[in-house]
Amino acid sequence: MGRKPRVLIVDDEQDFANTLAERLALRDFDTEVKKDGEGALAAVENNPPDVVVLDIRMPGIGGFEVLRRIKSAHPRVQVILLTGHGSTGDGIKGMELGAFDYLIKPVDIKDLMKKIRAAIESSRFSPKEQGKS
Amino acid sequence: MAEGLKPGSDEAIESRYKKLRRNILFLMLVMSLVPLTIMAVINYNEYRRTLRGEIVEPLRGLTGKAAHSLDLYLDERLSAIRFLAYAYSLEQLSNKSNLKHVFWALSSQYKGFIDLGLIDEKGIQIGYCGPYKLEGKNYSDQAWFHEAVVRGVYVSDVFLGYRRFPHVAMAVKRLEEDGSFWIVRTTIDTKRFEDVIHSMNLDPSGDAFLVNSKGILQTSSKLYGKVLGECPLVISLSPVGTQVIEAKGPKGEELLVAYAQLSHADYVLLVVRPGASVLRSWYSLKREMLVVFLLGILGIIVASLRLTNLIVKRIEVADIRREAAFRELQHSHKLSSIGKLAAGVAHEINNPMAIINEKAGLMKDLLETSGEFEYREKFSTLLDDILKAVDRTKTITHRLLGFAKRMEVRFEELQLNDVVKEVLGFLEKEALYKNVEIRLQLDENLPRISSDRGQLQQVFLNILTNALEAVEEEGLITITSWQDGPDRVAVSVQDNGRGMSKETMEHIFEPFFTTKREYGTGLGLSITYGIVKKLGGDIHVASQESVGTTLTVFLPLKSKDTMEG
Repeated sequence: MGRKPRVLIVDDEQDFANTLAERLALRDFDTEVKKDGEGALAAVENNPPDVVVLDIRMPGIGGFEVLRRIKSAHPRVQVILLTGHGSTGDGIKGMELGAFDYLIKPVDIKDLMKKIRAAIESSRFSPKEQGKS
Repeated sequence: MAEGLKPGSDEAIESRYKKLRRNILFLMLVMSLVPLTIMAVINYNEYRRTLRGEIVEPLRGLTGKAAHSLDLYLDERLSAIRFLAYAYSLEQLSNKSNLKHVFWALSSQYKGFIDLGLIDEKGIQIGYCGPYKLEGKNYSDQAWFHEAVVRGVYVSDVFLGYRRFPHVAMAVKRLEEDGSFWIVRTTIDTKRFEDVIHSMNLDPSGDAFLVNSKGILQTSSKLYGKVLGECPLVISLSPVGTQVIEAKGPKGEELLVAYAQLSHADYVLLVVRPGASVLRSWYSLKREMLVVFLLGILGIIVASLRLTNLIVKRIEVADIRREAAFRELQHSHKLSSIGKLAAGVAHEINNPMAIINEKAGLMKDLLETSGEFEYREKFSTLLDDILKAVDRTKTITHRLLGFAKRMEVRFEELQLNDVVKEVLGFLEKEALYKNVEIRLQLDENLPRISSDRGQLQQVFLNILTNALEAVEEEGLITITSWQDGPDRVAVSVQDNGRGMSKETMEHIFEPFFTTKREYGTGLGLSITYGIVKKLGGDIHVASQESVGTTLTVFLPLKSKDTMEG
């Protein structure tokens, strides 16, 4: 427990990402913001966070590809998909690729916190089962 | 779902089927009646020919024989007097006692002779033996005398002579070697004609008689009266053979007439048989044929009508089915294209809304940690309002997305009755407030189904909310559940509210269709419909204006997962 949980927020809407990061920081999270897939992958490579809050539609490498790469390189890193483009297909696809959950914007901060905590719990207590939905 | 035809097109469709029915019927009738009629006509003519042969030929033979007998009779008499004329000289016959003797011999050997006379070259009666006083009478200006002179022989038409009996006069010219001539004239009665006719053994309704070429009766006739009366039958004379014609009798009855001309006199023998008796068998046959023919036609018409109705009904049903399928397809196309549009709009709104949400949230976070200042309370309220507005927008966009494609379908075993009760829990207050009675008729033994609880809650929430809105105060909503066949269960929600027009019913499942102009999003029932369809079920709606509406949701026991993925 010693350290703060680390959350990486990846979203091309930087205004949104930064604000969300600030709010999470107020709630005692260690946050980092990336505006695209490349940056996100580099950040994960550099210092894997506990949870990645990942947008799906982004310029460059898309959210699903980022998710796939993160999960293959760092299965313990939990990914929560957070997108304005919600659809059943996307949701299912995300879950199949190993996302922890799938949320649609705008999201209540409390709900998001719950999911993040649950993700951290799940990776902490049942590391073997991660990556399965 | 609602099935209806566009107003105004009903008539066109009806007339199309009418036309189709008429065409098929016409074709069927033509195809079957034409051959039948042709067969009937051919049969009719064939039978008629055969029967006529059977009836006409004997009549023809009889008439020919009778005519021959009559001819023979006249020929005999003519031969006798011709023999006389050539066997004796004028001197011999001029002697009165000789003439008397000859007449005696003649009339004793041949029946029918009435008198015998001699006429000289100048037409003066120079000898006579018979009942009249004719000696010295001059015949030189009479037509028969001239004919006898020219042709050598003459047979008169029948006339009423001695004692008013019908008679025939005959004359034969005796040509001397020196070129002079004299004539033997005799009169015979025509009783013998009647005998011959009598001997023909005609049946009582038949008739036979002689007429001359002017149509004057030469013997009495049952049909046309006494001797020398007129016979109106028109016949075309032919010198040889026997003719048979059909004619009308004096009372308009049908007659079969056979006639033959005699060769020694200007007579025609007519044998008449009434058609009624002769053709009785023909008529009965004709009647039977007609009855069979008419029954055949009747049968064909009945069969054609029934067959046509059957065919047209089948076509109509097939058309309706096709149309329904087409409508369903159209509807789902509409749903999916509108769904895509809605999803697009929702996505675009979601992103800026997320920013507003986070910014307002952050302000609120900061406000909570900041110290007291003048507008703190006010700001906090305002931020709450913003967040509330965001929440409302979120509800709408999420609903739009849900309409496009509901998120996360999770199947579980559930009891539909429980879902209904849960939903009712939400609405109890409103029902109480409106004083609406909600009557539950739930099947206790309803099997559990595999479906999505959250989605079903949404479905029944929508339907019940609509029902509550439809009923007046103190209305009644009846919820019934039952097992509908082996594979599905059903829940119906019946209200006694204002009902729907046909027009409304056609559109209720369409997105953005609403009758609640001010507050409705018009998504409720289309979402409901989408969910139920996705869960593998179906919705039926029945409604009558000012009577009420019944919405029935059918759900399969085991949902097929129809999600895309």
